[in-house]
Amino acid sequence: MRRYFGRKLLTYTLTLFIAATIDWLIPRFMPGDPVYGLMSRMGNNSSPEAAKALSDYYYNLFGLNQPIWQQYLNFWGGLLHGDLGRSVFEHGQPVTDAIMAAVPYTLALLIPAILLSWWAGNSFGALAARRKWLDNTMLPVGYILTATPYMWLGIVLAFVFGFTLKMFPFANSYGLNLEPSFTWLFFTDLVAHWMLPFLSLFLVMFGGWAIGMRNMIIYELDADYSRYLEALGAPQRLVRKYAFRNAMLPQITGLALQLGVIVAGSLVTEIVFSYQGVGLLLFNAIKSEDYFLLQGIFLFVIVGVLAANFLVDIAYVIVDPRTRVGMRGGTA
Amino acid sequence: MQQGKTRVLSLLAVLTIAASATACGTATTTPNASGGASAAPDQTYPRAETLYTTGKQWGAPSTWNPLDPNAAMGVVGLQYETLFLYDPLKDVYTPWLAASGTWDTAKTTYTIKTRDGVKWSDTQAFTADDVAFTINLASIKAVGSNLLSYVDSATASDASTVVVKFKANPAYQEWQQWLYNSPILPKHIWSSKADENILKDTNANGVGTGPYMYKTASADRMVWVRNDAWWGAATNPVKPKYIVDIVNGANSVALGQLLAGNIDLSNNYFPGISQIVNGGYGITTYFKSAPYMLAGNTAVLVPNLTKPALKDAAFRKALATAINPDDIVTKDYGDIVQKADPSGLLPIFDKYIDKTQNAPLNYSFDTAKAKQMLAAAGYKAGSDGMVTNLDGSPLKLTLEVPDGWSDWMAAENMIAASAQAAGINVVATHPDFNTVVADRNRPDDATAPKFDLIINNDVQVGNTPWTWYDYVFRQPLPSGAGENRNYEGYKNDTAWGLVQQLDKTPVEDLTTMKSLCSQLQKIQLTDLPVIPLWYNGVWSQVSNSVWTNFPSDTGNQVMPATWNGYWQMGAINMLTQLQAVPPAK
Repeated sequence: MRRYFGRKLLTYTLTLFIAATIDWLIPRFMPGDPVYGLMSRMGNNSSPEAAKALSDYYYNLFGLNQPIWQQYLNFWGGLLHGDLGRSVFEHGQPVTDAIMAAVPYTLALLIPAILLSWWAGNSFGALAARRKWLDNTMLPVGYILTATPYMWLGIVLAFVFGFTLKMFPFANSYGLNLEPSFTWLFFTDLVAHWMLPFLSLFLVMFGGWAIGMRNMIIYELDADYSRYLEALGAPQRLVRKYAFRNAMLPQITGLALQLGVIVAGSLVTEIVFSYQGVGLLLFNAIKSEDYFLLQGIFLFVIVGVLAANFLVDIAYVIVDPRTRVGMRGGTA
Repeated sequence: MQQGKTRVLSLLAVLTIAASATACGTATTTPNASGGASAAPDQTYPRAETLYTTGKQWGAPSTWNPLDPNAAMGVVGLQYETLFLYDPLKDVYTPWLAASGTWDTAKTTYTIKTRDGVKWSDTQAFTADDVAFTINLASIKAVGSNLLSYVDSATASDASTVVVKFKANPAYQEWQQWLYNSPILPKHIWSSKADENILKDTNANGVGTGPYMYKTASADRMVWVRNDAWWGAATNPVKPKYIVDIVNGANSVALGQLLAGNIDLSNNYFPGISQIVNGGYGITTYFKSAPYMLAGNTAVLVPNLTKPALKDAAFRKALATAINPDDIVTKDYGDIVQKADPSGLLPIFDKYIDKTQNAPLNYSFDTAKAKQMLAAAGYKAGSDGMVTNLDGSPLKLTLEVPDGWSDWMAAENMIAASAQAAGINVVATHPDFNTVVADRNRPDDATAPKFDLIINNDVQVGNTPWTWYDYVFRQPLPSGAGENRNYEGYKNDTAWGLVQQLDKTPVEDLTTMKSLCSQLQKIQLTDLPVIPLWYNGVWSQVSNSVWTNFPSDTGNQVMPATWNGYWQMGAINMLTQLQAVPPAK
C-alpha cells in the first residue's frame, strides 16, 4: 500500500513541477510586453516624459526589469510562500488574493455539479437499463444533453429561465443590490444566482454519466458471471447489484479523466453568467494578457485536477478489491 | 419526426424544472428585488434610489488612487473633484472646486479662488493649501505629470487663494486641461504618504470632496453612496443615492441586463444597437437616429513612415482615396458612427476647421482616382494587378488591429478590400492586443517600429485641438512602453513649431488658435502623416425604466459616459438631472 501511494505521490510531484514550469514559460513566450499593453490600455494620455516615469514604475512593481532566470527563481520562491506574484491589470493586487476570492464560487458550482450529476446520472442510467420505456426516452435526451456545449446550454437557460420567465437571475454571483452578509436574504439570493450556472453544468454531465452507466449495465448483465448467477437461481436483485458494482469501476476512472474537461466547462459557464469564479477571472486575465494572474489560475487548475485525481485513485483502491490484492502482490 | 422532437424538448423542460424544484425550493428571489422590506437597510440598495452603470471597468476595481489612470470608475469625478468642469459640447468651463480662476495682465500668474464651504468627507475644510499641495505633488516622479515643466511655483497666499506663477511662455492649453482634468487631493492625508508609495497606495475608502463616497467593492462591482454633506447638495443635488458600477463581462450579459432594466446606463459598444433602439425596447441613445452616439475620438489609419511606399506622401494620398469610410460607417457600424473630417478634428472642434482652405486638399473615396494617383506617382502594377514599390520589388502592407475588437476587425477587412480594388496590396491581420502594441511602439533604442499600418484612436475628446496636433506631430519621437504620440514617426519641424506655439496660446485667444490650426491642417492634408477615417462614439445606451431624463440631443445636452475623464467633462451634471420614474401602480 505504501509503495503504491509513494509511487503515485512521486508521479504527481513530478507532474506538478513540469506543469508549473510550463505554466511559467507559456506567458513569457507570448509576444508583446505586459507593461506596453497596460500603458496603452489605460488610455495613457500623459505627456511622453510623464508616461516614461509611469512605465518605469510598473516594470519595477512587477519585477519585469530583472533577468529571466531571476524571474524564474522568484516564481518558485514566491510559490513556496504561497505568493503567486501580482496581477498586472488589477494594479498589482496579489494574484493569490484575486484567486482566493473567486475559488469559493467555483467550488460551490463544481463540487455539487460533479457529485450530484455523477450520482444522479449513474442511478438514472442503471434504472434506464432495466426499464424499456425509460430507456427509449432516456437515451435520446441523454445523448442531446451530453453533446450540448456547456456554454450553449447556459445561454438557453439564461434566456428561458432568466430573461423570459424571470424565475432566476442570470448574471453575477449575488444580487447587485446586496452586500455579502449572514442573512437569510443574502443566502437565498446567493442560491438563486447559483441555480442556472449549476443547472447548465449538472445537466450536461448528467447526460454523459447516464448514457455511460446504461451501456455498462447492459454489458455487465450479459457477462458470463451474471448469466452464471442467474443459472444458479440467484435473485435478480443480487445479479443487478454485482453488475452495478462492476459497471461502476469504469465510471470512476471516467470521473478522473473528465475532471479537466469539467473544469474547462465551468470556466465558460461562469463567463455566460458573469459568475464571479475562477473562470471569469481567467477570462479577464486572458483579455488583459495578465501574465501573473493567468499563471496563477492555471497553477490552481493544475493543482486542483491533480488533487482530484489523487482522491479518485484512493477511491479506486477502496471500491475495487482487485487493486488491493494487486498491492499485496497477489493476482486477481 | 416533428412529434418526436417535441416530445424530447418537453421532456427536457420537465427534467429541468424538476431538477430546479428539487434542488432548491426557496430560490424565488428576483435579481433586483426592490429593496425587500425585511432587509437591513445597510445591505440592500433600494432599486428606486440606485443607478446601475457599466462600461468603464474592464477588471475588478483594485485601486481608488486618483493619481492612477487605472483607478476604479468614478474615483475622479464622483469622489475626488477638479477645480473646473469643462463641457466639450458647449465649450464652456464651469468653476467647480474653484470659485474663479484669473490670469494677470501679463498672463504669467494665475490666481485661483477656492470655493467656500467645501468640506472633505472627513469633515475637514477644503482650503487653498490643498490645491497648492496637489500642484506641487507633480514634483514626485511616480505621479507622472509634466506640470512643473511650465509651472514655476504654486503657493497658498491665504486660506482661499492660490497663486500659481508660470515659467516663461506658459503652456496655456495644457494648464487649462490640467484645471479640469486633475483631482485635488487632501493635504492633511496625502502629505504623510511616502513619495515612492504615492501611486502604490490603493487608497480604498479615501477622503474626497465629491458627491459620492466609497461604499464597497468586489470583483464584479463598485458601489458608491451619496455624500449628503457635499457642497452642491443644497442647490444642485445628485439624485441616485447609490451608484453600482458593474465590471464588464460578456457582451450578451450586459445587453441582457440592460434590456431587463437591471442596468440603467451602459457605456459598452454593442454591435447593431441601432436596431434595438428602433425596436421598441425602451432603450435610448443620445441621438434618436443616426449617428445615435456623440463622437468621442477619431479612429485614424496610421502608416509607418519608415517603410517604402508609405513614406511617400503621394502614395499615402492614393491610399486615403482608395478607402471608403462611408461603407464602414454603414455596413460595419450600422450608422452609429460618423465619417471623420479629413482634418481629423472632432465635430466639437468644427470652428477650428478651415473649410475654404481645406476643400481642395481634402481626399474622398474614388477607386479610379486612386489608381490614377498611383500611376502618376510612378507605382506600376505587377503581374497580379497590385502595384509594386518604386524599385519594382513586391509591395505588401500588413494592417493590424487587436484581436477581438470586432468592429475594427470588420473595418480593417473593408479597408483591405477597397485598397486592393485600387491595386494596393493591404492584408488585414488581427494579432492579440499586446502584439499590436509591441509592433506599433518605437523601441527604446529608437530603431524603426515593426508595423506597416495600424488603426488607432488614442486621442479622446477634450478642451483643445492641441491634443490632436500633439498626437500627430509630436517631437522628439516618443518611444517605449509609454509611447502615445506620433506613432507614424512624422518629422516636420515647422509643424512641431506650430504645435508648440498653439500650446502656448491662451485659450481665450481664438483668433490665434484658429490661424495656427489652419496652418497645421494645411500641412496635415498635404502630407497626410495619418489618415482619419471615422469618429468612434461615446457609446451610451440607457434603459428608461427606473431613471429618466438621461442626456440627449433634445434634452440635457451633457456627456453621457462613466469613462475616465468624462465626469469632469460634464457627465456629473447627468446625475443631478436624472429623474426617478414613479413606481407603476
